[in-house]
Amino acid sequence: MSTATPSSRHWRKPPFITNPLLRWGILIGCVVYAVWALYTLPFDWARIQEGMSRAQRIFSGAFPPSFERSELLIEGLLESFKIAILATLLGLALSVPIAFMAARNIAAKPIYLLGRGLIITARSFHPVIVAILFVKAVGFGPIAGVLTLTIYSIGFVAKMLAERIEEIDWGQVEALRSSGTRYVAVLQFAVLPQIMPRQIGLAMYQLDSNLRASAVVGIVGAGGIGATLMNAFGRYDYAFALAITLVIIAVILVVEAISGRIRRNIW
Amino acid sequence: MLRITHLIKRYGNGEPVLKDLNLEVPDESLVSIIGASGAGKSTLLRCINRLVEPTSGSIELNGQELTTLKRDELRKSRRRIGMIFQGFNLVDRLTVMENVQCGRLGYIPYWRAALRRYPAEDIERAFHLMERVGIAKYANKRADELSGGERQRVGVVRALMQNPEILLADEPTASLDPVSSRQIMELLQNLADELKLPVLINIHNVAEAKEFTRRIVGMRFGRLIFDGKPSDLDDDAMDAVYSGTPSDEREDTGAAFTRAVTQ
Repeated sequence: MSTATPSSRHWRKPPFITNPLLRWGILIGCVVYAVWALYTLPFDWARIQEGMSRAQRIFSGAFPPSFERSELLIEGLLESFKIAILATLLGLALSVPIAFMAARNIAAKPIYLLGRGLIITARSFHPVIVAILFVKAVGFGPIAGVLTLTIYSIGFVAKMLAERIEEIDWGQVEALRSSGTRYVAVLQFAVLPQIMPRQIGLAMYQLDSNLRASAVVGIVGAGGIGATLMNAFGRYDYAFALAITLVIIAVILVVEAISGRIRRNIW
Repeated sequence: MLRITHLIKRYGNGEPVLKDLNLEVPDESLVSIIGASGAGKSTLLRCINRLVEPTSGSIELNGQELTTLKRDELRKSRRRIGMIFQGFNLVDRLTVMENVQCGRLGYIPYWRAALRRYPAEDIERAFHLMERVGIAKYANKRADELSGGERQRVGVVRALMQNPEILLADEPTASLDPVSSRQIMELLQNLADELKLPVLINIHNVAEAKEFTRRIVGMRFGRLIFDGKPSDLDDDAMDAVYSGTPSDEREDTGAAFTRAVTQ
């Protein structure tokens, strides 16, 4: 029998990592590593100081933003939209079959491995790296951008969709299989309806993600607003560069709001 | 006529779930299968349409052996076996009509289904059956908008669209309220009479089993230990089905444990 009275009991949240040695070890390890990394990396404080004043010069040169060359800006923006939309459509068209291949519950083992392999390959490089490769392969311009973002879309959409397929309610599949339905018809009538909301949500998300990424891959030469921005920097036209940046932010906010609203309303 | 002989189902290397099971169900009869959870009721039904692969034994439906069928033969034979599920297993995001037409997917060419160009006679038959069970007004509603009882009726109509030669119902009323539950049981009872089908119903509700069926089969640890009329199912038989162990299964420890649990 415990002799403690209720008033003297106290309770503490059990620690996240129970083993105290491990808990403190990880904490101290992180701190030590951060200090060591800072100490060993070649930080040139003089250069940083110099950079500060240079940054100041760029920013003061950028104000007020200049919209004088707005036709260039609009052209770049429209190109980015074209790149993003084409890449999203192409990426989705390829993602759906790859996702079906990469779902363990509906694909045979070799097909599954192939599907997973395609997804892993598409995901293993950042879009900037992929863009550099495509610019080398097909030259500067929007085609490289479309191809890059298509790969990027496959990496994300196919992976998320495959995971959704693996979570489906299997009962609906069993119901159709037990009535003698062919495999393709089972996929269309029992699997597809279940993943549809996720697929539409992913499409919307990927569209705004591709729009953001199209600005980045443009910087390495894959066309769109990113190329316009890079050119502005190249000409030391910081006021125009700021204008472009502001427009990119505004466009992305609007697109994100729209896609968020659409995703919320699918059920 | 369904004839099951020496059916054995074993998952992996474990104890068999179905042990040398024999059962004959003539046409036009409604059979309730009762038994505690884990007795093998679901496995038995699923062996018939091969959602579960039997380990050995034979299952014949109207003279055709089902256990040896391969791929396309199996698919074609499954069209003749309707199944009704505890969780309804409707495709939630499709309309009631599309769900009902799912029962025809095994018969019609894929392009027709893909484009939703269902044959006119299938649409006519669907409306006829839906009117029969009172869900025709929901044809264009999404399946997940319906109540449980209504959904199960969609499930029944979907199975009937297959023109089945047998109906398997796996706990069809376990997810329903008492009123809907009775309605579904009455429906299955009437269908067995009208369509002259054998209907096998796994059921937990013994009162319903006694009321709606004329033959009750009791399962315990993968064997049939009771087979008779509802009036034969007395307290002793109920004890055997729900708490006893079959005599040849009894080991000293097992029997001692069972006594300890039941007393």
